[in-house]
Amino acid sequence: MKLFNITNELINNQEVIDKVIHHNAGAVSVFIGTVREMTGEKQTRYLEYEAYVPMAEKQLEKIGDEIQEKWPSAKTAITHRIGTLQISDVAVTIAVSTPHRQDAFEASRYAIERIKEIVPIWKKEHYSDGEEWIGNQKGTEKYPEGRPERIEK
Amino acid sequence: MVQILLFASLAQQAGTRKISLELDTPVTIEQVRDHLQNQLGQLTGIENALIAVNEEYADLTVEITKGDTIAFIPPVSGG
Repeated sequence: MKLFNITNELINNQEVIDKVIHHNAGAVSVFIGTVREMTGEKQTRYLEYEAYVPMAEKQLEKIGDEIQEKWPSAKTAITHRIGTLQISDVAVTIAVSTPHRQDAFEASRYAIERIKEIVPIWKKEHYSDGEEWIGNQKGTEKYPEGRPERIEK
Repeated sequence: MVQILLFASLAQQAGTRKISLELDTPVTIEQVRDHLQNQLGQLTGIENALIAVNEEYADLTVEITKGDTIAFIPPVSGG
């Protein structure tokens, strides 16, 4: 059972959730990222995601390790889909279980923020009036260290 | 011989995702980048791409040796 994977298939949310449920978990926080139609004035027709798959899976695993360090009882599973996605399709599902709810909420948020920083996955928008590769969603011009670093909390 | 991987807009501009370069190693990433652009022409955005050597992020100063795989990672946009 892979806790961290990149797939070309439809994501089954329940499968991701089931990976983190165990007898000492009292909470599971699930984040699901879906394809949005309108971004400001721009209308998305569909999206294309690509990934550097082996490295992306390693980086997802690394996010799992970071979560483990910050919230030692947490268990994390992440599946990110690549390929062509239609409006409302699920692009990413993150499940984090912890003994108590507060940590689960925080850790699942941490996971999605880190995905947007360090995981080599790219999104190409196909708008009603053109197409573009999206990058730098966080608006950071350059990584100060020449590479993504840990989030300073 | 080093393997170069390109993604997203870089792959689109280059018209390829994978290219092998015959280089006298060791070379720096910067030298690899110059060779690549001599071969493929100017790739817009390559100077903002992060570098991964053998699937790990690496600094520009890292020396590349024979058989390494170098990936140019444009700003990511997963999620």
